[in-house]
Amino acid sequence: MKSLILETISRLVVFVILIFSIYLLLQGHNAPGGGFIAGLMTSATFVLQYVAFGIKHQRSILPLNFKMLISLGLLLSLGTGLVPMLFGKPFLTSAFGNLNLPVLGEFEMATAVLFDLGVYLIVVGVTMTIITALGEN
Amino acid sequence: MLLSIVLAPFVAALLVPWLRRVAGSWIGLFLTIIPASLFTVLLSILPRVNSGTTISAAWEWVSSLGINFALRLDSWSLLFALLVTGIGTLVFLYSHFYLGAKEDLTKYYLYILAFMGSMLGVVLAGNLIVLYLFWEFTSFTSFLLIGFWSNRERSRYGAQKALLITVFGGFVMLAGFALLYIVTGSFDLVEIMAKRELVLGSPLFPYILILVLIGAFTKSAQVPFHIWLPNAMEAPTPISAFLHSATMVKAGLYLVGRLFPLFSGTALWFGLVSGVGVATLITGSLLAVKQDDLKALLAYSTISQLGLIMTLFGLGTPLATSAAVFHLFNHAAFKGALFMAVGIIDHETGTRDINLLGGLGKRMPITAAVTGIAAFAMAGLPPFSGFVSKELFYEATLHPEFSGWLAGLLPWLSVGASIFTFVYSMLLFFYVFLGQPRGETPKLPHEAPILMLIGPVVLAGITIFAGLKPDFFGQSLVNPAVASIIGRPVSEHYQLWHGVTTPLVMSLATIGVGVVLYKLVEPLRRLFKGIKTKFNPNHIYDWGLDLLTNQSAKLTNWYMTGLLRDYVVYIIGAFVILVGGTYLLKVSGIQGWHFAPINLYELLFALLFAAAVIMILRASSRVIGLIALGIVGFFMASFWVILRAPDLALTQLIVETISLILFLLAFAHLPSYFKDTEPRNKKIVDAITSASFGILAAGLALTAHGTRLFESISAYYIENSLKLGGGRNIVNVILVDFRGLDTMGEITVLSIAAMGVYALVKLRRRTR
Repeated sequence: MKSLILETISRLVVFVILIFSIYLLLQGHNAPGGGFIAGLMTSATFVLQYVAFGIKHQRSILPLNFKMLISLGLLLSLGTGLVPMLFGKPFLTSAFGNLNLPVLGEFEMATAVLFDLGVYLIVVGVTMTIITALGEN
Repeated sequence: MLLSIVLAPFVAALLVPWLRRVAGSWIGLFLTIIPASLFTVLLSILPRVNSGTTISAAWEWVSSLGINFALRLDSWSLLFALLVTGIGTLVFLYSHFYLGAKEDLTKYYLYILAFMGSMLGVVLAGNLIVLYLFWEFTSFTSFLLIGFWSNRERSRYGAQKALLITVFGGFVMLAGFALLYIVTGSFDLVEIMAKRELVLGSPLFPYILILVLIGAFTKSAQVPFHIWLPNAMEAPTPISAFLHSATMVKAGLYLVGRLFPLFSGTALWFGLVSGVGVATLITGSLLAVKQDDLKALLAYSTISQLGLIMTLFGLGTPLATSAAVFHLFNHAAFKGALFMAVGIIDHETGTRDINLLGGLGKRMPITAAVTGIAAFAMAGLPPFSGFVSKELFYEATLHPEFSGWLAGLLPWLSVGASIFTFVYSMLLFFYVFLGQPRGETPKLPHEAPILMLIGPVVLAGITIFAGLKPDFFGQSLVNPAVASIIGRPVSEHYQLWHGVTTPLVMSLATIGVGVVLYKLVEPLRRLFKGIKTKFNPNHIYDWGLDLLTNQSAKLTNWYMTGLLRDYVVYIIGAFVILVGGTYLLKVSGIQGWHFAPINLYELLFALLFAAAVIMILRASSRVIGLIALGIVGFFMASFWVILRAPDLALTQLIVETISLILFLLAFAHLPSYFKDTEPRNKKIVDAITSASFGILAAGLALTAHGTRLFESISAYYIENSLKLGGGRNIVNVILVDFRGLDTMGEITVLSIAAMGVYALVKLRRRTR
């Protein structure tokens, strides 16, 4: 079922939501947000696309294997946990410090954010795997 | 060095898939290098070990429980390690010819190498837990090898039976080890051995002994656990030769020898080990006579011979122990040769049925000679190795340490069992190789390729040599091994001819009666086949297994209704009973409820919340119910906003949205609305469950808020989240840092759940 209103609006808001979700992910350490919420919000973006344009269209603009996303996320989270062990620290020890990026300036960065990024990828992967599996049927 | 000996086969096993691609069907010949080189290495350290040196090595593992990865090599271990690698070499060589290129050689060599590594692990273990692990791993690899031809129903049955019985025994043995740890405070073999007095004096001693011995008995196929071994003959014949006659089934004997210094010399030890041993000896030799399948005959004969060695260990005298070790060595050689010969017969004629074979001697002269030598050795005829050890066996039964009916009967029982051993040994040779063919064999019999004969010929050669020069192996292998078992040097001399002694008379009697019975072998076999007994461990096993599966199926079908709403009732019901019960019983220490002042708009929200809940209950279709559920969720989120928990509010909102979509997608798969089809009593159960759950959850929340049994940890988080976690959002720092491990577990579970959902959805579509 095509709906012009839904299609138009979703075209407009998709990027806003997407950017907001990434904003939530990155600021999560210091303000409301975090990998879980951001992951869900990103999934919501995809779902909106899916509802508005159908699954085929969504596949063609976003050819992502969501199952791979799950393993990628797990690998990233586990990896950030394992790296400190190389330095003789316990599993999952986090480190943080100031990062100086050109243009954007200096800001604080913690390795826990990488862990959170893993969580984010898993949440997106899990939600979308389930939704597309159910939707394809 | 010990570690590399144990690990080498495992490493080689990992390389098998690659080697299979490179070497193709020649993989077996290439892999023969592994056992052969291990054998050479072990042989090179033989003089050093025989002079009394014990090589040991240990790595820390779970030190807090006294578990070290300890390896230890003395002469008793070395004898086994030599058997494993020596016979292993011949078996690898033999397998190359036995298994065609079409068989799954990767699987075969992978399993057999893994078995070899674990068997070496068993005999080199210096810690009971290490021993147990490798022990179970031999059971497991044996299971895989018995089920090698997994498309055959009999193979699967045999594999399962072997696994269930030996792993059951292993588990019981582990319990024995645990008790031993309670008494001695150690799992280390050397430390335990030093505490013999403590163990014997402990009230737990009988339990320890029985539990540990059940492990040894199941593994070594002693009555009544012997039933798995005949079914294990479904394995390829080289496997039967290797695992089920020469090495793995002797692991029980190894353990009995290993723990000999700790337990032997007690009446219970003698009664159990010799009693079960002699029962097995007789059962095996009687049952072997009536078998039609040559491999089944060999299986029962193996059972019987294992019983013989077990009997000798039970006797506990140095002479009996020497006889046990010598016979163990001889048995490995002649039984290995017999299995390989039977494998050749099977391979070249296409059948193992004794009623079809006959007169094979002319067409297969070398196989015939090998079988003859090995069968004569098994029967205890001079000048073969079996004669020497059988004489020692008779001698040992004549001088038991204990008195009593069992000790008095032993010589008689031994001779009786040996007569039947003689009969089936003769059957094996004369019936199959001499006379005229009894029936059509599927293939025209011909001699095996010369390289395939290497294994059986070498073993037959050892059998002759050990008969003519028994002292060679006696001094180089047997005496040092016996010395490690009993813990002091022995100076036993082994000879073929002792002069006219009681054992010689017993041997002559055995042979005399045996010859007479062999003349009557046809009626004897018919008679044995005619005996039907109700007491058969096989029936008990089958019946028990059947009962177990049927009853579990019934039980499972009773409560697994396939209806999610029932499962929800179970889960919530269990929660209510367990948590509510605890709540009621431990009510002391819980303080009163403290309410914060309630605002008017909060009250209003709560009322609307309740209205939405009632709407769910009264909904006439799924969509309405779903929307009402969504309202509940959004109210929930607004409560989080009021209570200033932005993270929770955000999460709640998005979760509500996504789950709404999920529900809508799942609608297509759900059956039509069933609300009013539920029977009344079920509805009452539902009402009680949900009401009690609601009351309990509310009560818990209020009580938990009002009760402070511990100092709250929130102060710590507030203080440290920026300092230690580098973040100002405490909720997030807890999730990704302080309780990062929890999150790690949660995301893993989430991923697995997603895979599960995906698989279920996809599978459903495929089956439709």
